[in-house]
Amino acid sequence: MNTLQLLWLIPALPLAGYLVLLILGKRLSHRQISWIGTGSVGAAAVVTGLVASDFIPQLSHRTSYRQVLWTWINTSGLTAEVAWHLDALSLLMLLVVTGIGFLIHLYSTGYMSGDDGYRRFFAYMNLFVAAMVTLVLADNLLLFYVGWEGVGLCSYLLIGFWYRNPENGAAAQKAFIVTRIGDTALAIGLFVIYSYLGTLSMHEASLRAADTWPVGSTLVTAVAALLLFGALGKSAQLPLHVWLPDAMAGPTPVSALIHAATMVTAGVYLIARMHGIFALAPAVQFAVAVIGVLTLLLAAVNALMQRDIKRVLAYSTISQIGYMFLALGVGAWSAALFHFLTHACFKALLFLAAGSVILSLHHEQDMLRMGGLRRSLPLTFWTFLIGAAALSGVPFITSGFYSKDWILWSVWSSPFSHHWLWIGGLIGTMLTGLYSFRMVFMVFFGEQRIKPGPEAGPAVSIPLVLLALLAMTVGFLELPRTLGDVPLFSHYLTHTLPNQASAPEMDAGEEVRTQVTAGFMAVLGIGLAFVSFFPGTVRSGRSALLSWHYNVAELWLREWGFDQAYDRLFVRPWLSFTSTTGDAIDRVYQGFVEAISMAHEHIVRTQTGLVRWYAATLAVGALVLLGFVIGWQPR
Amino acid sequence: MILWLLIIIPFLAAPLAWWTARRSQLLTVWIALCAFIIDGLLSVIVWLWYRVPSDPTPQQWILDSHTPWIPQWGIDLHLGLDGISFVLIVLTNVLGLVAVVSSWKEIRERQGFYYFNLLLVMSGVIGVFLALDLFLFFLFWEVMLLPMYLIVAVWGHENRRYASFKFFLFTQAGSLVLLVAIATLALLHQDATGTPSFDYHDLLELSISPSSAWWLMLAFFVGFGVKLPVVPLHTWLPDTHTEAPTGGSVILAGLLLKTGAYGLLRFAIPLFPEAAQAFAPVAMALGVIGVLYGAALAFAQTDYKRLVAYSSISHLGFALIGIFAMNKLALQGAVMQLIAHGVSSAALFMLAGVLQDRLHTRDMRRMGGLWASVPRLASITLFFAVASLGLPGLANFIGEFLVLFGSFGAHPWLTASAATGMIAAAIYSLALIQRTFHGPLAVDRQLPDLSGTPLAVLISMMIILVWLGWYPMVLFSATEPTLEFLHHLEPSMPNMPNGDLSALTLQPPPHASAQ
Repeated sequence: MNTLQLLWLIPALPLAGYLVLLILGKRLSHRQISWIGTGSVGAAAVVTGLVASDFIPQLSHRTSYRQVLWTWINTSGLTAEVAWHLDALSLLMLLVVTGIGFLIHLYSTGYMSGDDGYRRFFAYMNLFVAAMVTLVLADNLLLFYVGWEGVGLCSYLLIGFWYRNPENGAAAQKAFIVTRIGDTALAIGLFVIYSYLGTLSMHEASLRAADTWPVGSTLVTAVAALLLFGALGKSAQLPLHVWLPDAMAGPTPVSALIHAATMVTAGVYLIARMHGIFALAPAVQFAVAVIGVLTLLLAAVNALMQRDIKRVLAYSTISQIGYMFLALGVGAWSAALFHFLTHACFKALLFLAAGSVILSLHHEQDMLRMGGLRRSLPLTFWTFLIGAAALSGVPFITSGFYSKDWILWSVWSSPFSHHWLWIGGLIGTMLTGLYSFRMVFMVFFGEQRIKPGPEAGPAVSIPLVLLALLAMTVGFLELPRTLGDVPLFSHYLTHTLPNQASAPEMDAGEEVRTQVTAGFMAVLGIGLAFVSFFPGTVRSGRSALLSWHYNVAELWLREWGFDQAYDRLFVRPWLSFTSTTGDAIDRVYQGFVEAISMAHEHIVRTQTGLVRWYAATLAVGALVLLGFVIGWQPR
Repeated sequence: MILWLLIIIPFLAAPLAWWTARRSQLLTVWIALCAFIIDGLLSVIVWLWYRVPSDPTPQQWILDSHTPWIPQWGIDLHLGLDGISFVLIVLTNVLGLVAVVSSWKEIRERQGFYYFNLLLVMSGVIGVFLALDLFLFFLFWEVMLLPMYLIVAVWGHENRRYASFKFFLFTQAGSLVLLVAIATLALLHQDATGTPSFDYHDLLELSISPSSAWWLMLAFFVGFGVKLPVVPLHTWLPDTHTEAPTGGSVILAGLLLKTGAYGLLRFAIPLFPEAAQAFAPVAMALGVIGVLYGAALAFAQTDYKRLVAYSSISHLGFALIGIFAMNKLALQGAVMQLIAHGVSSAALFMLAGVLQDRLHTRDMRRMGGLWASVPRLASITLFFAVASLGLPGLANFIGEFLVLFGSFGAHPWLTASAATGMIAAAIYSLALIQRTFHGPLAVDRQLPDLSGTPLAVLISMMIILVWLGWYPMVLFSATEPTLEFLHHLEPSMPNMPNGDLSALTLQPPPHASAQ
């Protein structure tokens, strides 16, 4: 039997898990909930593995597989099927979503055990996986949009999971509404695509766009800009990034799965998937790169200023997705997705390890109150260290180095790029090392401030170890030509994505030079972190950096004032507009009513009951009428 | 004759229900339930029996019943069933059941008279959806108003007198305008042919001078616009919906608003296509204003039912846009929006009734944190709240998106502004959830959760929305022939395969005939 036909099971299994958890409800025991919740995603991961083992060998002669389930809409010229489209790109996403998703579900059985909403948690998580798989596998833009909004809903539900606290509710609503602004732009993009190209198929739309629109024409630029705006919302890039730090209100596994590994990279997936349209709009594509660089720098600086460990990781996620956008912007599609892959591994790892810290400190997230946890939480320490090293891009041994290096080399060598983009990326590398190891030193070194509880059991440690292994090794899928030359990953993706353009005069020597620079910057960042934040080292350096810190800290702590500006520009006008329950139009009608009742009161007063008064008005009326009749001359 | 049966069943059940109320309240309720079940089943049977599914060019009218009534005035007893009337009649009967179930516990006084009125309204609504004679149509139009007024005035909440008066004044003013326009049309027919006629098909063929067509179309627009409601004429709606008993709100939001949309779709546009075409940008702009204005005011409310009422204004703004987009796809979307909004807003009003029954308030400032004590109620409310914000995968999304897809080609800027209503819808829908079920716990006593019949009814409504969200073809195939006919009436709009490509101004795409 052809295992590819099992494709529909990958979204169906988590969906079934969701429905079972929802319908059987309170009849399920804690143990059954864990099995159903984790098992459904695990089974989806197994099916994905089977599909991959069947599909990857076939890639050389067939690049995609399409499975049509039923005709969804077919009326008045609009056709959309519920159909899955499997190719190298969607398979890569699938492997990450189900594989890492499974590990995070497993971790959650430990992390969330004992919570009142245990069943609700797993139901939402399963629904999320189903929606994310739909997004990734969708054959047309409308079905893609279903997944796109579906993951947004699950993100909302899980950020506000602990709903009693109004702050969590506010964070959840902020996340949904800010991303929905992007979604609306995306929707308008869909309307343009359908109206002008007459199709909603992702593949067909790209082909027809190339035939219909000349490069740089107004419409294709508008479409690309609209799609980009949608991606900015989902992937928390400037200027729509403000929801992600607040989204950390959700339970930590949620942050790992949704707000680090999968959903927030949906924007990267969208741009990679619609690369045909972006290639026709060079201005927008350049904007992608510029936004990427700005975001990665701003977010990295913010990460440096946070006290809450999860907020550091949130800003770090924004910053790393900035790298992916930078790569997309210079046409390095495969490099962006490679960084997506490594980032999914090491950032999920970092979140889960941070969750382990938070759990053993009884839900303390403030790094100033942490410290010295190296000895009491050894496994957490080592795995976190590996994650931080990968995030910083420690040369040779971590996956983060290879993916970031590939991006930086692509930025340097791409004909669509500028050298200052590369410089921005380099500074970002330094900052990444700095904030990552600031975290490591503040949390795990120095004196203990809170006595930690025991390290959590196997449900937590197994995912940590596996993710740590991945975070170290996954980078070897693609080694640059100067270091072993393993093009497995880029070769795999060429079945779906075009090769990146590279200026011909770039030789290996130049590549070595940029690699050395990048590696040096990462190590420099870690060194700076050691000088500034390692407890008991050079005090003067630390205080110098700190004083420099706090001069501009005001602005950074307020996170560049985005929230304040949006508050002034949008939130307050909206709230003041809606501050009264009254309806302005209704007041007009009320005015009519009042005018009539006033007239009524005046006329009532004429009814006095005095005969003299009536006689007088009669007489006056008769006179007026008489005068009118006499005075009026018919022509 | 079978079509008459659809109207007569609730019409006869009405006095029967009243009469039995003295002996057994339960019997009254059962009579009402059975009337809706039988009526609904009958409509489905008629549909399946008379439709020829294999017909390559499906006919618009599945069934037509024509009997002379007052021949000297050109008034006939003329009913006709097509796809649009069919889906709306099914909706009517489903919501009739919902209304009965939500009145079950709430209505304690004069139950017999209540169900009498309820059944009478439904009879009128079904008549409105079937009538093909404008005089008959107007008769049914009035039949549904008076009992509705009584339902609000007798069984309503605190401010019912004000609300019912306002409802009566607005709708009667609208009706009056409509009556004048209908009478004028009949007289115009007399001028042209020598005999007056109120018959739909006769009037369709009547050629009317552009200026009188313009005024008549405007009168129809106002008459139906009060019901829909179109924004400056909407202010009766929040008061009436809020003060009506739950069953009344269900019918008001679910059905009475739909009669306005139906009137525009069936009469205002086909009878005066050129005038409607000229007026379309104004109507669509009013639709956009309705979408945004309704959403903003929905967010502003503190009363649960008022919030839902204003959200109806916002949703029907999309329907108005779809109706006047003069495009088949947008029309499909508008019909879907009518059905989806009928179900989702009825459910939200029913949920409001359930909450009010438990908390004795509709004020959301006195709610909050109820999730743990009533998880089923909370999750079902969440479902309908996200349905109303247009979550993909549910019927409301299909309706909104098809309207927007269809109208974008000819009116890109209006459509884009309407699309921002999706953001506003998210804001008020999530606010509803936050204020009632999330946040700190506001009620310290244990509340009973949903169970039994109301739960079953709500779950069925959820299934309907999911079903239409993933298999909308069941609706589209029913309404297709009618919309095709409406579309061909439109002279200036050629039937392009991919939306209205001809109307695009920026660049004529070469793929206009690609599909």
